[in-house]
Amino acid sequence: MFDWTFGLLSPAMTDLIIEATKQTLYMVLVSGLLGTLVGLPLGVFLATSRSGELLAAPWLNGVLGLVVNAARSTPFIILVVAIIPFTRLVAGSSIGTNAAIVPLTVAAAPFIARLIEASVREVDQGLVEAARAMGAGPLQIITKVLLPEALPSITLALTLAVVSLLGYSAMVGAVGGGGLGDLGIRFGYQRFMPEVMATVVVVLILLVQGVQTLGDSLARRLDKRHRG
Amino acid sequence: MSTLRSPFPNIRSDEHLPDATTESPVNAPSSTAPDPQTAAPVILFDKVEKTYAGRRGQVPVTALSDISLAVPEGAIVGVIGRSGAGKSTLIRLVNGLERPSSGRVVVAGTDVAALSEKALRAERRSIGMIFQHFNLLARRTAYDNVALPLEIAGLARQEIKARVEPLLELVGLADKRERYPAELSGGQKQRVGIARALATRPRVLLSDEATSALDPETTGQILALLRKVNAELKLTVLLITHEMAVIKAVADRVAVIDGGRIVEEGATYDVFAHPRHATTRAFLSDLTGASLPPYVADRLKSEPGPGREALVRIVFTGDHATDPVLSRVSRLLGLDLNIIQAQVDEIAGKPFGVIVISVPGDAATLSAVTNAVERLNLDAEVLGYV
Repeated sequence: MFDWTFGLLSPAMTDLIIEATKQTLYMVLVSGLLGTLVGLPLGVFLATSRSGELLAAPWLNGVLGLVVNAARSTPFIILVVAIIPFTRLVAGSSIGTNAAIVPLTVAAAPFIARLIEASVREVDQGLVEAARAMGAGPLQIITKVLLPEALPSITLALTLAVVSLLGYSAMVGAVGGGGLGDLGIRFGYQRFMPEVMATVVVVLILLVQGVQTLGDSLARRLDKRHRG
Repeated sequence: MSTLRSPFPNIRSDEHLPDATTESPVNAPSSTAPDPQTAAPVILFDKVEKTYAGRRGQVPVTALSDISLAVPEGAIVGVIGRSGAGKSTLIRLVNGLERPSSGRVVVAGTDVAALSEKALRAERRSIGMIFQHFNLLARRTAYDNVALPLEIAGLARQEIKARVEPLLELVGLADKRERYPAELSGGQKQRVGIARALATRPRVLLSDEATSALDPETTGQILALLRKVNAELKLTVLLITHEMAVIKAVADRVAVIDGGRIVEEGATYDVFAHPRHATTRAFLSDLTGASLPPYVADRLKSEPGPGREALVRIVFTGDHATDPVLSRVSRLLGLDLNIIQAQVDEIAGKPFGVIVISVPGDAATLSAVTNAVERLNLDAEVLGYV
């Protein structure tokens, strides 16, 4: 087998890194997906529910805004520990990769909501007015105008969210979540194995680079504003 | 009849114009401009008032007051006003994007001001609207933009196709159906906008400064298209603009709005021929030769003085527009009249001329000239003395 570490790492360590990479990808993808599932509707609601807007509910908008801000201002490592009872309730345990997905999702959802809110708010209000003039209801305006028009911007927002989750996932080692960050701390730092630390960093850089490139090219393909 | 200065040279040569309008001048009031007394109004503003609640501690802002206006079936009615005059609010009352504070807005027999938001949605399908900045969806092709109102109305895919294709044909964009708005010119975007507005087969088309973002040539083409859909589809058009040239090119009737009130309203020709309000005159000034050349305007005094000549503006309208009035007055009074400025044009299909002459400034001569002109049933106005 081709040794991609050029003999820098033992085969056992290589396996550990591959395993950790899988764990990281698993945690990031699942929490990103769940975070989007919650964050997308939440963000759309935040963007359309101030007074005078499509789904005007200023009171609920204010409350949800407060909750989102509270969640976003809690440092992630504190959030991980603070919601352990909730994590145990949802995942059946507070330790392990699956358990780590809970705090990651809880952190991702409000972050994604704010990003989606910004993306939706960027859509020209003239389009909303045109859709209203056609007789569209609020739900139709959201599904046929706001979301499709915001899609390139939403794609970039989700790319940013996934990259942030890659960073967050390094901290879930604190609850036995595993992953690349955890490996880097335990082997690279605590056991003084700089080659492990370096490899972990390189793999993370490659992952971020890959996600960003993918997101950028997808967004560019979706954006029809700069042609011809 | 020669048009000395037409802002839209293309309007008559546009290949999309229907026969009816190529035979006769752009406006054919005999066939398309119904008498407001006989034709039932499709849109009726009845003592409409619109006030916006002020911010906390501030007085409310009145956008419109005491607006009464009838838009006859099949007519093109233009509302002209400066920015902030309230015309945007006015047009948005028709499809309920804005609600009046008091009064009625009746569209095809329904008081839209009294409808719930849900009932309004159905009503809006019979009212098309086009916009200054087109408001096309950037991620939909021309075809899909025109299809949008039909998707919203819940039509089946095949039905949508059957409607969208003839519309793209009508606006001359059949070959651009797969293009995205970013790949289209301003005029083409507005054509998509018009096709989209027509998709639900509305009775009324609202035009919100639809040509203000376009160059004069494209403006002419878009206005010709509006004329065409007005004639072919028997569509009533209410348009707002800040350009008198737009009114002149397409409107059968015009309402002038200033400070939230309609200050003048009537058939376009009459308003152009006999503007009563200062705002109307200001709008007309660069169109009907009412503005003097600078070298004359700079020397203009309001009082007569020794050796000064009087400037008299004569407006030629209706049957007298082509009469040799000047030579007649000159012969009658034995005077040499000096022409300072002259313009002959055509408004709503009828000839219309403005001429500014200078005559000796003494009171006796001046009143003899104005009397002679007025005896010929023409308007004479003393502009000042130079």
